[in-house]
Amino acid sequence: MDLRKLKTLIDLVESSGIAELEIQEGEERVRITRAPQQPAHALSAYPPPPIHAPPTALAPAPPGSPVAPVEEGHTVKSPMVGTFYRAASPGGAPFVEIGDTVSQGDTLCIVEAMKLMNEIEADASGVVKAILAENGQPVEFGQPLFLIV
Amino acid sequence: MPSRSPDKLFDKILIANRGEIALRIQRACREFGIKTVVVHSEADRDAKYVALADESVCIGPPPSAQSYLNIPAIIAAAEVTDAQAIHPGYGFLSENADFAEKVERSGFVFIGPRPDTIRLMGDKVSAKSAMAKAGVPCVPGSEGVLPDDSKEVLRIARAIGYPVILKAAGGGGGRGMRVVHTEAALLPAVALTRTEALAAFGNGALYMERFLTEPRHVEIQVLADEFKNAVCLFDRDCSMQRRHQKIIEEAPAPQINPRALARITERAGDACRKIGYRGAGTFEFLYQGEEFFFIEMNTRVQVEHPVTEMITGIDIVQEQIRVAAGQKLRFRQRDVVRRGHAIECRINAEDPWTFVPSPGRITAWHAPGGPGIRVDSHAYQNYFVPPNYDSMIGKVIAHGETREQAIARMRVALSEMVVGGIRTNIPLHQELLLDDKFLRGGTSIHYLEERLAKRKQAA
Repeated sequence: MDLRKLKTLIDLVESSGIAELEIQEGEERVRITRAPQQPAHALSAYPPPPIHAPPTALAPAPPGSPVAPVEEGHTVKSPMVGTFYRAASPGGAPFVEIGDTVSQGDTLCIVEAMKLMNEIEADASGVVKAILAENGQPVEFGQPLFLIV
Repeated sequence: MPSRSPDKLFDKILIANRGEIALRIQRACREFGIKTVVVHSEADRDAKYVALADESVCIGPPPSAQSYLNIPAIIAAAEVTDAQAIHPGYGFLSENADFAEKVERSGFVFIGPRPDTIRLMGDKVSAKSAMAKAGVPCVPGSEGVLPDDSKEVLRIARAIGYPVILKAAGGGGGRGMRVVHTEAALLPAVALTRTEALAAFGNGALYMERFLTEPRHVEIQVLADEFKNAVCLFDRDCSMQRRHQKIIEEAPAPQINPRALARITERAGDACRKIGYRGAGTFEFLYQGEEFFFIEMNTRVQVEHPVTEMITGIDIVQEQIRVAAGQKLRFRQRDVVRRGHAIECRINAEDPWTFVPSPGRITAWHAPGGPGIRVDSHAYQNYFVPPNYDSMIGKVIAHGETREQAIARMRVALSEMVVGGIRTNIPLHQELLLDDKFLRGGTSIHYLEERLAKRKQAA
């Protein structure tokens, strides 16, 4: 998912009354939450979770059809439950930024659980195309963290 | 009894389980206005209670060892969601003392007994010894682990009286056992069972008990708070079993000697107070010749708790939550009144005669209803029963003024129930509900298997 698309979605959330927007295309998933009071794992109460996009701002997306062209790439998923951090310490330089080239084995981020910092390594080489989790937010097992192309 | 507590019990509870019990716990929490966090494996993403939870956290891939038994993942989930307490349900980590300890050390409330109580009751030898000390009669046995000395072992068996059963001290749940009928067979059996126990449980210690030939499985439900109040909520009969798995349970147990029951109930209550038991628990006995013999104690809520709830009107899961929040029990023994009779049929996703598991998509689901019928199930239309866990997809409970009425209501209920797309054991239940020995009541724990064997031969 490219930056312009992400920005459109962020603007959409900001300008509308939506509290949370989640879009999934194939293996990619983006969740944008407005000023989260709780960890952003609250799915809507009734399955399947609907996409609350007001019709004016975004062309309504019928289930299954992509909003954007599907990106090829490798999604790095969280191997554990914990809190996602982009840097080794608060205020420190993030391990990676969008556009960085990474090799398999490079540390991409930290997932912290029970006071232990776990370095999450890239399981593929390529360019970081998207960062799919928010700094300081909880992540669950299997949650997409990075898209590497 | 009011359903909503005036005092806030907990703000948020994490449910560390799956299936129907996860939904059961969630219902108890929601009624109290307590937020729920549900942890789930990838196989349970579409579970009903996941969708209904305030928050859900995927903790691992389908295999239990990496998800529902994954202690760090569960505690991490509690941390990131700011849960205050963890309810372990039944099975999985519910009787894992290490888990209870880690939960408490991490700053959460474990909804269950203290870790040392779990540990005490988890070791079957120490549990028996603690119960014997508390005045609860046990199956006559070796009073401890069998020594290595063959002469001693033979002497112990002679004192107990044949037939005897050898059991692994580190085992339980029906595993690691062997029956010996004659003295000549004893020593080779001991050697073999030791080897098996070592391989299965990493612990070759054995103990010996008298083997009861026609016992019934009768258990007593208890509730205790942190102020040494303990109450017994009557008994249940769970004799209808196959390979040590309960299929039908009922409350109260039919045709029990009332004096023996009164005595054992008093002893169970005393034992709870003596060991400082906290929360819900069940004392399991073998009942034969109008005598009760303690076999083990389950330090958790049990699958069959609904039959007790139906005859007492007490919500056992909610009482667990109240006790864990530090509340005193709101009722005394004399306040607990029994009303009628209840039966539970465990509905499993399996072939009713071959017992081959039948996971897959439930294409049609219609649950029964009507007076006295309760259905505890997480299943729904189009729900995919995952192959990774046990096959129970729900429980149907029938309550009546009498045992006969409960059975009649259950027959009607099961005849209405539709589960399409997978096989279930409903036909087996329907046959058992017409079985004249079951209708008379009081069948032993061997009855179902004997009956199934006869059925197979006749086929």
